Amino acid sequence: MANLTLIQAVNDGLRTVMKADDSVVVFGEDVGPKGGVFLATEGLTADFGESRCFDTPLSEDGIIGTAIGMAMNGLRPVAEIQFQDFIFPAFDQIVSEAAKLRYRSGGQYTAPMVIRTPYGGGIRGGLYHSQSGEAYFAHTAGLKVVIPSTPHDAKGLLIASIQDPDPVLFMEPKALYRSVKGEVPEGEYTVDLSTLRTVRQGGDVTIYCYGAMVPVVERAAAQAAEQRGIDCLVVDLRTLMPLDEEGVLEAAKQTGRVVVVHEAPRFCGYGAEISALIAEHCIEYMEAPVRRVTGFDTPFPNTLEHHYLPDDRRVLDAIESVYDF
Amino acid sequence: MTDMLTVLAPDGATKKGFEAGLPDEELLHCYRTMLLVRSFDEICLKLQRSGRIGFSIPNLGIEATQVGAASALRKTDWIFPSYRDFGMALYHGIPAVEMMHNMFGNAEDSAKGRQMPVHFSFVEPIHFYSISSPIGTHLPHAVGAAHASKLRGEDTVHLVSFGDGGTSSLGFHSGMNFAAVWKSPVVFLCQNNGYAISCPSEQQTASDGYAVKAEAYGMPHATVDGNDLFAVRQAVLEAAERARRGEGPTLIEAVTFRMGGHSTSDDPTKYVPAELVEEWKQKDPVDRFRRFLERKGLMTPEENDAMRADTLAEIDRAAKAAEATAAPGLETIFSDVFAEVPSHIRKQGEFLFDLSQRRGEADAGDGEFPL
Repeated sequence: MANLTLIQAVNDGLRTVMKADDSVVVFGEDVGPKGGVFLATEGLTADFGESRCFDTPLSEDGIIGTAIGMAMNGLRPVAEIQFQDFIFPAFDQIVSEAAKLRYRSGGQYTAPMVIRTPYGGGIRGGLYHSQSGEAYFAHTAGLKVVIPSTPHDAKGLLIASIQDPDPVLFMEPKALYRSVKGEVPEGEYTVDLSTLRTVRQGGDVTIYCYGAMVPVVERAAAQAAEQRGIDCLVVDLRTLMPLDEEGVLEAAKQTGRVVVVHEAPRFCGYGAEISALIAEHCIEYMEAPVRRVTGFDTPFPNTLEHHYLPDDRRVLDAIESVYDF
Repeated sequence: MTDMLTVLAPDGATKKGFEAGLPDEELLHCYRTMLLVRSFDEICLKLQRSGRIGFSIPNLGIEATQVGAASALRKTDWIFPSYRDFGMALYHGIPAVEMMHNMFGNAEDSAKGRQMPVHFSFVEPIHFYSISSPIGTHLPHAVGAAHASKLRGEDTVHLVSFGDGGTSSLGFHSGMNFAAVWKSPVVFLCQNNGYAISCPSEQQTASDGYAVKAEAYGMPHATVDGNDLFAVRQAVLEAAERARRGEGPTLIEAVTFRMGGHSTSDDPTKYVPAELVEEWKQKDPVDRFRRFLERKGLMTPEENDAMRADTLAEIDRAAKAAEATAAPGLETIFSDVFAEVPSHIRKQGEFLFDLSQRRGEADAGDGEFPL
């Protein structure tokens, strides 16, 4: 066991699979000698050589398009998109090509590849270094969407994603890169790509969250317990597609009071799917309307980002409102 | 425009000193493949007009580009085709019936009826990559696949084919740029057939032709007469050899002309001047190659008629077999989204099976493709 930050765990995960499997190649903008703008790929070119970890021209469409070609021809590409905000030139390649290749070729061609990308706010990055676009991608058939929130899960989910036979969008909460630390096992291990994690047990209110919102929700849950004696069941979804539906419904039934938290905008956000699932499958257990705590339906602001992002005040507000309903 | 390589004149004469370097049976195979493409087109048009298939893409006029390029490749090479490349598949021995299964979208279709007609996908006897409808997206795929071959030290060549319209796409830029930077073993084949659906070249680019675009990427290029099978073959052979030697990609512009519509739903008389079609008819690639074979004493008019009838019969048999094959089962809607069917998709499949049992199958409707 080593005590690592989330970004160190990502680097450790990449090293672990690169050592075990020669077909794994890591590439993107500035990921080579520089080691990536967040240093996720630090030292990989030096340790594995230029053919295993390399820089590309500045073209997201080219990065993802060539990754698809590599994947169909025997490599296991791990492509980095420097910020998730820059992914949209590659939207067509991800949504129309990588995600549909197995289906449209009847399984003759496949794209086992991982797209790693930092997402979310918390670094004063303004409109174009802060977005959370998971809903665009979770909506796409054929694409897995994974978001870790701890160093342990970051490494285990990343290894599972690289070994997965389907394309995976691996969204890394950049706000947590260096702000969380945790025990990370050495060597290879995986975390299952369709099982949620129970962060905190409780019988009063269920809170669903993922990525950078997990520590925010943990703080709010602690305050709810301390200030009001409300016991919150906190669930980290970890894999948005495929979703652990059984686990989600089970957690809702346990309390009958639900809050969903994400930093992405609300309208057609991932919380809408969770709310609809609960409404369709276990409305009879519900004691209160589902509350969503999300980013606003505006672009992401810079100076006032701390007002835009859900914080423990807003989560606590929602916990109390469903509890008191 | 850059000098255009032509070897074979419209009257079937070859340039002085030119030697095809191909055995007679190979020459005849090239010719027969072009006739197969014509027969395929003819029968698909009838099938579409009689409402038995929804759509097809005519290849009329492009056959020499397709077959010339394909003839320069090995079975271990990969083809990343456009939707107007029937001849590349047929040249390499992909059975017409396999392609017809796709035209009908039936249970034997390699794409399991999920794609529109003409969106072929094959891995045997050559990699003929799954066709996508968005234009230009497959160029970076060819570069990535080529990069994988190169990293493994193989001498595989990856040929990617696209039209003049494709050069305006995002994928053209990123594919050309990445391939040049990485020195990937790729042959970029631009089939300049005059029109992108209804838009002529002057609305597509302000460049002097398409091949010259390679210069900005630091890539060699060639312009060839696309209606001259030998010229196309020679250019692709040279580009493939460069790629095999590790010298990187080449852009080839094959200047040809789409003598039919964009598709069976398109009426080109609305936008193509009749005199232009007349002009290109004089340069017909199949007639030209036939005259070459006749001059060489490899083909008599009677033998030509017999071969034409034989290819029509072959395609007709393929169409009949495909038409008689059942539609894909409902489960094919839900499989192959992921390697394993996740529970939410499994539940949706179970729902559809149950609904069909209880309320009968859905009405197929009369949807008609407009383009």
